[in-house]
Amino acid sequence: MNAIATPQAAPQPPIHEPNYLVVENTVRSWLLTTDHKRIGILYMISITLFFLVGGAAATLMRLNLLTPQGALVTSTTYNKLFTIHGVIMVWFFLIPSVPTVIGNFVLPMMLGARDVAFPRLNLASWYLFVGGGAFALWAIIAGGVDTGWTFYTPYSSTYANGHVIAMATGIFIAGFGSIATGLNFIVTVHKMRAPGLTWHKLPLFVWSMYSTSVILVLATPVLAITLVLMALERAFGIGIFDPAIGGDPLLFQHLFWFYSHPAVYIMILPGMGVVSEIIACFSRKAVFGYYFVAYSSVAIAVLGFVVWGHHMFVSSQSIYAGMVFSILSFLVSIPSAIKVFNWTATLYRGSIWFQTPFLYVLGFIGLFTIGGLTGLFLAALAVDVHLTDTYFVIAHFHYIMVGGMVMAYLGGLHYWWPKISGRMYPELLAKLSALFIFAGFNLTFFPQFILGYLGMPRRYHAYAPEFQVLNVLSTAGASILAIGYFLPLAYFLWSLRYGKVAGRNPWNATGLEWTTDSPPPKHNFAVVPVVTEPPYAYDPVAAEEALAAERKQREPAYVR
Amino acid sequence: MSAESPVAHQFEDATQQREAATLGMWVFLATEVLFFGAMFLGYTVYRLKYPEVFRLASEHTIIVIGTINTGILLLSSFTMVLAVRAAEYKRRLALITFLCITALFGIAFLVLKGFEYTQEIHEGLFPGSHFQFTEADPYTARMFFYLYFLMTGVHALHVTIGVIMLGIFALRAMLTLKLERLSTAVDLLGLYWHFVDIVWVFLFPLIYLVDRHS
Repeated sequence: MNAIATPQAAPQPPIHEPNYLVVENTVRSWLLTTDHKRIGILYMISITLFFLVGGAAATLMRLNLLTPQGALVTSTTYNKLFTIHGVIMVWFFLIPSVPTVIGNFVLPMMLGARDVAFPRLNLASWYLFVGGGAFALWAIIAGGVDTGWTFYTPYSSTYANGHVIAMATGIFIAGFGSIATGLNFIVTVHKMRAPGLTWHKLPLFVWSMYSTSVILVLATPVLAITLVLMALERAFGIGIFDPAIGGDPLLFQHLFWFYSHPAVYIMILPGMGVVSEIIACFSRKAVFGYYFVAYSSVAIAVLGFVVWGHHMFVSSQSIYAGMVFSILSFLVSIPSAIKVFNWTATLYRGSIWFQTPFLYVLGFIGLFTIGGLTGLFLAALAVDVHLTDTYFVIAHFHYIMVGGMVMAYLGGLHYWWPKISGRMYPELLAKLSALFIFAGFNLTFFPQFILGYLGMPRRYHAYAPEFQVLNVLSTAGASILAIGYFLPLAYFLWSLRYGKVAGRNPWNATGLEWTTDSPPPKHNFAVVPVVTEPPYAYDPVAAEEALAAERKQREPAYVR
Repeated sequence: MSAESPVAHQFEDATQQREAATLGMWVFLATEVLFFGAMFLGYTVYRLKYPEVFRLASEHTIIVIGTINTGILLLSSFTMVLAVRAAEYKRRLALITFLCITALFGIAFLVLKGFEYTQEIHEGLFPGSHFQFTEADPYTARMFFYLYFLMTGVHALHVTIGVIMLGIFALRAMLTLKLERLSTAVDLLGLYWHFVDIVWVFLFPLIYLVDRHS
């Protein structure tokens, strides 16, 4: 076993204390916990609920788009549905998904720490998230908002009906939860690393979480104050965005995208970190070009701050600004491409092991590549004039956010599920659901590229009859996708009780989190791990030899 | 974590704890810079777009109070430094004194700011339903006062939080037996207080001084 993977530190001595799940059993012990693992679980449950809300809105939209007239809902309801879908999925599912669930759970363990630097702040961030979510849900139940998730002024500040202020308040509050998480992770990575764990021995997941945290801390406050300005303008009719009172709506768009473009990297960088971990483990090989993959995360975080203007090519922004933003947007594809090429190179001469997390990662790489390359179409000024506000844009960012981030989130959940729950998920069913998701996803969103190219605009509840076939295909794909999402929900719950007991290191992986019990004890480690090895000290040749020997064992006697 | 232990369970030692807390405060201040930054951007954009109206409007702010307040905050930063120093050397009386003086400076700032606000509201410069401005386009002038009240208001909120924290820390300095446990916290409060001071150092020239003729 040890020949094919050397853990970063010696395995922990036997631990004779109850694991974090059973150490205390009261509701109070969960709601007031400062244990990063329990907070991860709290986040997991809450974002799953939000995912169901956002998914329900998407389902209604897709059903409505089965016919060109939009038979199911009125145009107003449709506007509210896509706003709910956008707001909930962006702020209450995707942004918290990998960072607050997987990040909270494994980041301190990857560092060999007992907890994050500020455990009470960590709990506070969950309460801020849930409090913000409550506002958003109240806004939805009370009648909804029809501005879209972008809240463009002066529509949102002056003309829109509905509960814009309540929705903005929810996002404002949840934003401070994001900031708290980012702050916590930055300090934790700087100050809580185990002895011997230098920056260049950090798992790549940590690098990506660090870069994500920098974005969370620097971008989110700008969104917060922008939403405050928008809400004040709506409440009192005084502000700086409405042209009727001397303001400039472009300023709102600049401020909004100064947050929201970096935020799309919040919605992909953590996924890239998950991919790096899984691809090394299941090809039994160190990630090719560690330094390039690590620093490309930092480069994405930095470049991500200077490309926001590509959302405003047709918003009467200066053409020269447009050209600069176009070039910068092309630049940000370089670190992304470095990652894709390095992951692919990692597979080369690896010892591939087709388990579910790996299937998700392969899906990620393919779909992210499509999403990323179509992003270049949109970054090109002239092409963007044709494609702006069409389904091409929808397809592009869903390939990144759903094809990329959601795949990575699910892949990460499968990969770390044995550590989180102590049990294995059912492999065959999991593989099946990964295939459902991959097939369903492509059937849903690939037709939307074509629809967008042909000119179908986004955010309309009705469309020209010639688009019907592609829309029906898309809705059919969405139903397959839905099955793919419900399967893990069911079998993860099933596995809590009936799953095979996982043991400390079912994947024979190298990270520090695998050197302790599954599920880990409250403070993660019995003794502070001392890191002696680089990450990903896998040996693909030894792994292949071990497999060959195993195959020989299984051969019937007459063949031997 | 027991209440008596000075090092929380997640840390190895007091040094690690202090360094983590200090870095955390710096990261928080980075967030604050961006929070204020968006407002400064908005102010700059419209100052450049409507220079004449903003100049006329800015002359209605009370420069005497603004200047005295700047002096008060700069002095309070000095006494804050003395408080940090006193905490470092575990000089209880000095610590309590300087925390209280800093808090009093903060209160003086808020009181003077309150006088200025009262005066301006009295002149009908608050951007509400009673807003009146005759020298230039009232909508644009209203935008100046909106930004003025918003930015100084958010700043005053930060000062208020700082004053409350100073009061709490002065009380803790009176009641606690082990002063060394307060040292890091006072240090961090100092960072926060200097940040609030620096924000005002930018607000003062931008609002009161730029292109002023009277």
